[in-house]
Amino acid sequence: MNAILSGLLLGGFYAAVSIGVAISFGMLDIVNIAHPAFILLGSYAAFIGNTVFGIDPILAAIIAMPLFYLLGMLVYQVYYVAFERRDDQSLRGLSFFFGLLFITEVTLVMIFGVDYRLVQASYIGDKLTLGPLELPFRLLVPFLVSMITVVGLQLFLSRSFLGRAIQAVAQDQLALRLMAANPIRIKRIAFGLSIATAALGGAVLIIIQPVEPSIGREYIGRVFAICVLGGLGSFSGMVIAAVTLGVVETLTATLFGPSWSPAVSFGVLLITLAVRPNGILGR
Amino acid sequence: MRAVPFVLALVVVACAIFGVGRAIGSSYAFFLGYVVVQYIVLGTAWNILGGYTGYVNFGVTAFFAIGAYSTVALYKLVPAMPLPVMVLIGGAMAALVGLGTGYLTLRLRGVFFSIATLALAVVVQTLITNWDFVGGARGAYVLRPKLAPLIGGEYVQYLFVVMLGLCVIVLATARAIERSSLGYGFAAIRDDEAAAEAAGVPTLRLKLIATTLSGGFMGMAGAPLPYYVTYLDPTSGFNLNYAVNAIAMPLIGGTSSWLGPVIGAVLVGGLQEVLRVTISSAANVLVAGVLMVAFVILAPQGIVGLFKRRPK
Repeated sequence: MNAILSGLLLGGFYAAVSIGVAISFGMLDIVNIAHPAFILLGSYAAFIGNTVFGIDPILAAIIAMPLFYLLGMLVYQVYYVAFERRDDQSLRGLSFFFGLLFITEVTLVMIFGVDYRLVQASYIGDKLTLGPLELPFRLLVPFLVSMITVVGLQLFLSRSFLGRAIQAVAQDQLALRLMAANPIRIKRIAFGLSIATAALGGAVLIIIQPVEPSIGREYIGRVFAICVLGGLGSFSGMVIAAVTLGVVETLTATLFGPSWSPAVSFGVLLITLAVRPNGILGR
Repeated sequence: MRAVPFVLALVVVACAIFGVGRAIGSSYAFFLGYVVVQYIVLGTAWNILGGYTGYVNFGVTAFFAIGAYSTVALYKLVPAMPLPVMVLIGGAMAALVGLGTGYLTLRLRGVFFSIATLALAVVVQTLITNWDFVGGARGAYVLRPKLAPLIGGEYVQYLFVVMLGLCVIVLATARAIERSSLGYGFAAIRDDEAAAEAAGVPTLRLKLIATTLSGGFMGMAGAPLPYYVTYLDPTSGFNLNYAVNAIAMPLIGGTSSWLGPVIGAVLVGGLQEVLRVTISSAANVLVAGVLMVAFVILAPQGIVGLFKRRPK
């Protein structure tokens, strides 16, 4: 029972990690496989904020978000000029992101070493006990932060003018251009947003578990499995998929041992791709 | 050049390289040469799928490690088995995995295949880590025999010869593909898959041939590894460097011809070794990634493309 519950909470956290990819891959059609690297960058930003300045990791992430937003805009600009405009996204565009992933990982190793790093916060050791159920704050806080992020972004995309413009780009870029809006500018903003969510994702990651530079690779399979399973671009589908994966992974870890859980996401991904490539809520 | 003279020329070049190595006589030359030739094989294998058909395989480490670990398993089961047989078996295992992954994901857009291969690397690592027979997370020791069979001298020379032979086979295969109808089919898939399909190119079958060949050669490149390092654990066997190098080298050298991966491997492999000796081992890892990003942005056709005259 507790395993299922912590799986649910873990799933909420996976949603926070995947939401950036849901924007970039699902809506903008940019296969940013370097996203987990940006998440790790977020973790280390939270780590620095926590150990050097002594602030809460989540607060540190919120402070870092504008920087991440700018970084995302920069990455998109390079991607657009070098690959999208030349219509060369698949082979070289993918390699570009793969290179980014690798460079970030090695740079982090060179700066921080391969030791596991963690953060301090007053709530991390505690847990909330509701009858027989135990809710560790270590999982509960990330869950709440994730849900706020997901709901907030969903509202932003469906209510605000800019958010609707982003959805319009996702649907029909040419039509947007015909209406005298600049799709590139909107995509740049959206990609910036997607990277900004990575700062938050990274902060909740380092609250849940200690972090070392190569851990990002484990999340590539997970994040894309969630996005594909959820149906690309659908936030509600993504949350369902994230929670499902969280529960299945935790059950696998309790039944067969934690060293097996990385294999779950791949299995889920392969089965989805082979059986239902449009995802659970897909058309 | 026709196919047979080309293969003969390759064999002559390989023999010459080995002769020079013997003349130098230091085992360091062979250890270094092994790494560079291994990357030529790995890069060319990646290029058969990535460069010719345009499908990006990020799971190089999975195939490479399947080859390496099949050698570890065979070493424990039948220690007397000759190395070339182990290479063949390792290659066959990796080819089967390539075929299976391709069969499940290649019907969809190319990016799904790429993502699946990324995840494949993680899953194969999980399986190996949990498989105690080949050492699990603790790793496995493989005793390298003192003397090389057939040619005499240190065993590393024998490893080098095996890898050199593999290299000749891979390069000959890659060049044969380029000039056959198979190669034209691959190029049609790369340029416009829908049009190729409509024109009657059996795209799925061709893609499966490419993934199988590519995966198989990667496995073969990994099979001698346990004898080379003598101690193999999942962290080193699945090191991301292999994947980055195998992808970076063809992209830097040029993906459109068999010569590209060779140029890339010699250049990047050599540069890495120089940096490793002069600066630090962290910097030499970084160089492949940085060069790859620089080349895909600034020189998308690679070094080979720089020397080709632009069509008017």
